[in-house]
Amino acid sequence: MKLLTGNDLKDGRVTWWTGSGWSLHVEDAVDVGEKGEAILAAEEGARRVNAPYVIDAIATPEGPRPAHIKDRIRALGPTVRPDLTLKPADPAAGEWVI
Amino acid sequence: MYRYDQYDQAIVDARVAEFSDQVARRLAGEISEDEFKPLRLTNGLYLQLHAYMLRVAIPYGTMDSRQMRMLAHIARTYDRGYGHFTTRQNIQYNWIKLEDSPAILADLASVEMHAIQTSGNCIRNISSDQFAGAAADEVADPRVWAEMLRQWSTFHPEFSYLPRKFKIAVIAADEDRAAMRLHDIGIQLVTQDGVVGARVFVGGGMGRTPMVAPEIVPFVRREDFLATMEACLRVYNRHGRRDNIYKARIKILVHDLGATEYARQVEEELVAVKALGIDPPAAEWERIERFFAMPEGLAPKASLALDGKAGSAFAHWRARNTRPHKVAGHVSVTISLKPVGGIPGDATAEQIDVMADLAQRYSHDELRVTHSQNIVLPHVAESDLPAIYDALVAAELADANIDLVSDIIACPGLDYCSLANARSIPVAQKIAQRFADAERQRDIGELKLKISGCINACGHHHAGHIGILGVDRKGTENYQLLLGGSGAEDASLGKIMGPGFDEDGVVDAVEKVVERYRTLRSDGERFLDTYRRVGMEPFKEAVYG
Repeated sequence: MKLLTGNDLKDGRVTWWTGSGWSLHVEDAVDVGEKGEAILAAEEGARRVNAPYVIDAIATPEGPRPAHIKDRIRALGPTVRPDLTLKPADPAAGEWVI
Repeated sequence: MYRYDQYDQAIVDARVAEFSDQVARRLAGEISEDEFKPLRLTNGLYLQLHAYMLRVAIPYGTMDSRQMRMLAHIARTYDRGYGHFTTRQNIQYNWIKLEDSPAILADLASVEMHAIQTSGNCIRNISSDQFAGAAADEVADPRVWAEMLRQWSTFHPEFSYLPRKFKIAVIAADEDRAAMRLHDIGIQLVTQDGVVGARVFVGGGMGRTPMVAPEIVPFVRREDFLATMEACLRVYNRHGRRDNIYKARIKILVHDLGATEYARQVEEELVAVKALGIDPPAAEWERIERFFAMPEGLAPKASLALDGKAGSAFAHWRARNTRPHKVAGHVSVTISLKPVGGIPGDATAEQIDVMADLAQRYSHDELRVTHSQNIVLPHVAESDLPAIYDALVAAELADANIDLVSDIIACPGLDYCSLANARSIPVAQKIAQRFADAERQRDIGELKLKISGCINACGHHHAGHIGILGVDRKGTENYQLLLGGSGAEDASLGKIMGPGFDEDGVVDAVEKVVERYRTLRSDGERFLDTYRRVGMEPFKEAVYG
């Protein structure tokens, strides 16, 4: 599957395309198939996202898992500061990245 | 310390106003990201993995307590409570909001700081010896020359769009504490017939094509210093490869032309540049020198006896983290930002405030950032060491590990950086934990371990006695081990040992290398000395069997 991701223009936070908008949580991301580039152009033009790009991901029961470790780190947060990730209360969250 | 004059303040204030307007236009959609990106980068604002990242310039790593407190204020107010001190003697913040960036720059300007030229293909922050002005072995204070370079290079119109970024370091002693020869231009102040001048090395650097800079000009008097710099840059600006980003640094030009031909062209260009009369008069040099005079009241004192504390934690810290000062009874204190298991170079807002307080109270209001990502209190009376140590213990800043195996340089790596291929910080943490035993570290002795998460080498892996380079091998992190590098006066580039390792594997490999060193070393030999004597093979055998 393919996901569309970028950063919020104002605060730079990582965002994921949900089919109708943008979410901070990769679990909300949808497969954009071959439409990624078109969505990307429209959303960037409307300033709803900054520096968007399409990535490969794998569908799992827990939701999409980006194929590359860089995007998994983007999705969660720095592995060395679990307190600053999106799942600070989940001690196993880092294992999802690795 | 140098203080802004009205011109410095005016150009920084003007830049804040200009960037504030640019941010407003970007947020309003009047300019695109493609148009905005070079504008934000020239003000030190990057877009990294998780957010915008702001890199703040700290000229030659020197600050006063007021400026250090501002760095804490920014961490606390606009970021997530911490900052990361870098190998360029700067600080960067990882969680900045674009909409906050004008206010941050305004706050910085209020204490004579900025983020200008911390990115882009221009002359970056000038770096120097962290013990400048305090070291007994210096021939002059290198910060005077570094400040002259700062003023010359700031907004220099001819050098705002160089083929690639450009880094300059200035030292003034034979001991190189700033990796001088691994810079685009490295300057060592020396004396000739009683006159201080600059020995100029050009074409060093790390990155994907590491090189140690050759000497280009053996001696330049200060009267011709800026003209010589201008000539060096002009030749580069004219011939540097703008067609290939990987061949655009000056080291490639100097290598391709040959040092002799590059030097000849610089000499030729110098004739034209001298006619411009850009070098400042003696009175301007003297004005700058006065800013860097020894602090008032710093007079010789009696040395501090240990009073039965030999072997104590304080004694170990004093032995490891302090260095003799040129004034008797004083030392320079290096505060380690490398706690075992911590993140190299990170400090919380509270810790930054503590260091600012200590500088104000005990170090004539001065601090330095080191390229090894630590902090220095340059002018400390030995009699104040116990009080400083106690304050550092309370702030969890009292690790006694300077230049030991756990004093690791590490770039932010894939945990933060969009260029990285692998994480650096977890490897640094695991190595520090593996060697956590302080007695074992002391027995190993000086061992400079440096980790980069990609070929760009922000973690200086080429210059590590042991270097680690993180690479991407088919989507997984892999780590190459290098041995034999040095960023000191015996500058050399590390050599790759062999096939790479996973994260735990490289930690094991480092331990095997270190243990082999302990069996091979002769009396007084550092790891690097032993490696140079016996070569790679014994270590390779220890690791790969």
